Amino acid sequence: MHMPVAITINGRVFQRDVEPRLLLVHFLRDIANLTGTKVGCDTSQCGSCTVLVDGLATKSCTRLAAQADGSSITTIEGLAQGAALHRVQEAFWTNHGLQCGFCSPGMILTAVAMLKDTPHPSAEAVRHGLEGNLCRCTGYQNIVKSICDAASVGGRA
Amino acid sequence: MTTAVFGSSIRRREDPRLITGTAAYTDDLVLPGMVHAAILRSPHAHARIVKIDTVRAAKAPGVLAVYTAADTENVLKPMPCAWLIPNSDLKIAAYPQFARDIVRYVGDAVAVVVAENRYQAQDAVELIDVDYDALPAVIDPQKANVAGAPQIHPDIPNNQAFHWVVTGGDVDAAFAKADVIVKDRIIQQRLIPTAMEPRSTLANWVTATGELTLWNTTQNPHILRFLGSLITGVPEDKLRVVAPEVGGGFGSKIAAYPGEFIAAFCSMKLGRPVKWTETRSENYQATTHGRDHVQEVEMAATSDGRILGLRCSVWAGMGAFLSTAAPGIPTILHGLMLSGPYDVPAVREDVYGIYTNATPVEAYRGAGRPEASFMLERMLDKLSDAVHVDPAEIRHRNLLPPFEDGHAVITGLSYDSGNYQLALDKALEHINYKGLREDQAKLRKEGRYLGIGVCNYVEICGLGPSQVAGAVGFQGGLWESAIVRFHPSGKVHVFIGASPHGQGEETTFAQIVSSEIGVDVNDVKVIHGDTDNTPMGWGTYGSRTTAVGGAALATAVRKIKDKAKLLTAHLLEAAPEDIDYADGRFFVKGTPSRSKTIQDIALFANVAWSLPQGMEAGLEASSFYDPPNFVYPFGAHVAVVEVDKETGQVDLKRYVAVDDCGPQINPMIVEGQVHGGVVQGIGQALWEGAVYDEAGQLLTGSLLDYAIPRADVLPEIDVLSTVTKSPHHPLGVKGIGEAGTIASTATVYNAVIDALEPFGVDNLTMPLTPERVWRAMQR
Repeated sequence: MHMPVAITINGRVFQRDVEPRLLLVHFLRDIANLTGTKVGCDTSQCGSCTVLVDGLATKSCTRLAAQADGSSITTIEGLAQGAALHRVQEAFWTNHGLQCGFCSPGMILTAVAMLKDTPHPSAEAVRHGLEGNLCRCTGYQNIVKSICDAASVGGRA
Repeated sequence: MTTAVFGSSIRRREDPRLITGTAAYTDDLVLPGMVHAAILRSPHAHARIVKIDTVRAAKAPGVLAVYTAADTENVLKPMPCAWLIPNSDLKIAAYPQFARDIVRYVGDAVAVVVAENRYQAQDAVELIDVDYDALPAVIDPQKANVAGAPQIHPDIPNNQAFHWVVTGGDVDAAFAKADVIVKDRIIQQRLIPTAMEPRSTLANWVTATGELTLWNTTQNPHILRFLGSLITGVPEDKLRVVAPEVGGGFGSKIAAYPGEFIAAFCSMKLGRPVKWTETRSENYQATTHGRDHVQEVEMAATSDGRILGLRCSVWAGMGAFLSTAAPGIPTILHGLMLSGPYDVPAVREDVYGIYTNATPVEAYRGAGRPEASFMLERMLDKLSDAVHVDPAEIRHRNLLPPFEDGHAVITGLSYDSGNYQLALDKALEHINYKGLREDQAKLRKEGRYLGIGVCNYVEICGLGPSQVAGAVGFQGGLWESAIVRFHPSGKVHVFIGASPHGQGEETTFAQIVSSEIGVDVNDVKVIHGDTDNTPMGWGTYGSRTTAVGGAALATAVRKIKDKAKLLTAHLLEAAPEDIDYADGRFFVKGTPSRSKTIQDIALFANVAWSLPQGMEAGLEASSFYDPPNFVYPFGAHVAVVEVDKETGQVDLKRYVAVDDCGPQINPMIVEGQVHGGVVQGIGQALWEGAVYDEAGQLLTGSLLDYAIPRADVLPEIDVLSTVTKSPHHPLGVKGIGEAGTIASTATVYNAVIDALEPFGVDNLTMPLTPERVWRAMQR
C-alpha cells in the first residue's frame, strides 16, 4: 500500500506515492536525493538528521514522510542563499565548530532554530539547547562558541 | 599573497562542503542498479547453530539473494590478524565473515539478504529462521582465563590468545627494598567508539573488467586494499578502495571487517553494486570496541615518594576474534609506555590477551596508552596518600628532567624530547593549584566536597619506524608518502597516502607546502583517500598523519625546492650553489633582484623548452618518509570536580590541559583535537561503559543506554601549550590527536577520588556514575 504525499523541501515540492512506514529522513535522502541530512542512530538520540519542519527543529528519523505531508522543510542544502552562507554556517566555519562534519548539518539546523527562539542565548543555554545533538569530535566547545558567535553577529534567522 | 605560514589558525578548507551538505560520505553514494544488503546477526553470545532456513526470506518481495557461510566459506579467505606480536605464544582463531557452526558474540554475522531497497532487505532478514542451541558465555577476561571457563575456540585452552611480557631493570629487587608498596585493581571498562557516522560499504564488481571497487568508511584505504586483496583474491591492481568523506573513526574504522567483504561477495555474485550500511545498533554490536582491561598493579617506592618499581598483570579482553591490529594495542602500545614521563627504574608487566564472548576490540583513541597512563597516575595518587606528599609534589619528585635529544627509558624506548616539569608548572599555575587546595579545605568544613586531579602523560605516536614495526610483529610498514605536483600555472596538487577523516590535514598540509615554498595556501589542493590516485600510505591512526605524512610532504617539497634552484641557476646563468631561497623567490645570493618565483619555475619546468642537460621535464616530487623514531608528545592536565553529597553527582567544574605537540601548524585545529580528546577521556571516567549481562547480552546496545558526553554536562576546557621540538622530525612536530584522551580519564578519576577522601574511598569502578559515587559515600 502506498499513499500520496506532497512535501516542500527547500522551496521545491516533491509529490510521491510512498509506503506509510517510510521515514522522513529516507524521503529526504533517497527520494529527494538530499543526502546532507544524516542518519547517525536508530533511536532518535543523535540529532544528525535534524531538519526544520515548518521552522521547527525536528529529528527527521522520528517522523514518517506521511506525517510531513503538506509541510515545508528546510534541510542543510537549503540554508545558504547561493554562495552566501547562513550566519550559523559561517560561524561554524570561522570557529572550527566541526571536525568530521557528520553531525554538523543537524547541529547547524538545531542552532538556527535555537537562535530564532532565543536570539541571544547564554553559553549555558546553548549547551542545554544542544542536548539532543551528539558530536564525538569537538567536545562541543567550538560548537557552543560558533553558536554564540552567530548570535552576536545577528541577522537572518 | 596570503601565505598561510606555519602557525596560523586559518579556517579549514574542508568545511564549506561539510556545512552545506555537499560532502559525500559512503552512505550518500548511489550507483546505477545499486541494491542493498542487510546482515542477520547473532542474538546469542555463544551458541551452536542447528539450522538456518532462508527459504521464506529468499521469496520475500524485492529479494535478490540470501547468503550464509555455506556460500562464502570457500570463496572468501578468513579475516586476517595483522599484528602478530612476537614471543607471546599468539594463538589466532579462525575469523570467518559468517559464523558457520557456532556464533561467538552478540552481533556475529550469520546471513545476508540483498534486496532492491533497504526496507525490503531488512524485512527479509526478519524472515530468516535460525535454530540455536545456547552455550555458556563468558565476558570478563579474567574469568575467561581460568580452567573450566566456557571455551570459545577449539585448541585455545583457557581462551588465552597470548601472553606478552615487558621487563626492565630488577623489579624484584625494587620491591624487596621498597619502604612503601601501593596496589590497586583497576577495571578499564569496555568502551564503544561511537563515531557519529556508522560504517558503510558500497561494493561494485564489474565482471567485464574483473575490477572491484569498495567505497568504505575506512581510516586506511591502502591497508584495506592490501587485506581485501588477500581476502577476496582480487589482485591489488584490480581492487580499488575509496575512503570518501569519513565521519570520524577514533580507531573503529582501522580494521578490515566482515561487513565490507560480505558486500563485496554479494556484488561479485550478483554483478550489481551493493551497499551495506550498518545501523547504530549493529555498530554497537559488531564494530570494534576499545579498552577492556582488568589490571592488577603495584608500585614500589621510597618513604619520600620516589618510584622504585612497577609491577602489573593485565587481562586484556580481545572479544571473540582478534581484529586487524588488536594484539598490538594492550602490548606494544601499552606495556612499552608503562613508565610514562617518570623516572621508573624497574618494571614488569604480564599481559594476557583473552578471547571472550564479546565484540572484538581494536584501537580506540589513545589505544593502550590511556590504560597505561591511568595505572601510573592511580599509583602516584595512592603513593601520595601513603607517604603524605601532595599529588602535584609527588609528580614533581618523579618526573624526568628536561631533555632535547633522546632519553632511554626502562622499557627500551627512547623518547625524543620532553620538558615535563614545565608543562606541569604551567597547568598548576594556570588553575591556581595552591589556592584550590585552600578552597578545598575550607569547603570540606562546610560539607562540600571539592576534588582536584592532576595527571602528567607522555605518549608514543607518529607510528613509526618500519623496522620497529617489523620487529614487533606488525604485518606492514609504517612509513607515509606524498607526491607534490606543480602545474604549469603554479598551482599545486598534493597526493597523500594517509587518510584524514576530520582532522583537517587538507588544510594543514597546504599550510606546510605554503610555508616551505611560498605558494599561496589556496593554490594547494590536498588529495587523499582513493587507492587508484594516491600513493601508498598506511593510514590515519596513532596520531601519525602529520607526524609521518607531514614529514613525507615536507621532504617532497624540499626536493622540488632543490630542482627549482637548479632551474633558477640555469635561467639566470648562475652557479646552482649561488642560488638562495626566501619568501617564495629563488635568487642569486647577494643580488635579490635577480630572481624567479616558484610560479616562474613551475611554468618553465612544465613547458621544458630549455632545461639543463639531463634534467627531466615537469615539477613534481615524491617522498617516502620512514621515521627514524617515534614522536613523544606530552603534557599535564588538571581537573576540578565537586561531588554532591546527597546525589553522588559529579560536577566537573574546571579543566585545564597543557599539551606539547611541538610547533603547531594550525593552533585552532590543535585546540579542537585537544577538546575532542579530553571529552572522550572524560566520557570514560564519568559516563561510558559497554555493559554485558551474565549471558553475554549487550545491555548498552544503543545510544539510549550508552552515554556519550553531551554538551550540557561539560565545562569549558582551558587549552594551553608548551612547545618542545622533536629533534628528528623535519618540521619538529609531534602528534596531537590522542593526547587529550590519554590524560583526561585519569585526571578526572583522580579528582573524584580526591573529593571522596573524607569518606575513605580510594577505589571505584568506572564510569563514576552518581549511583556508584553515592553508594561509596555511604560505605
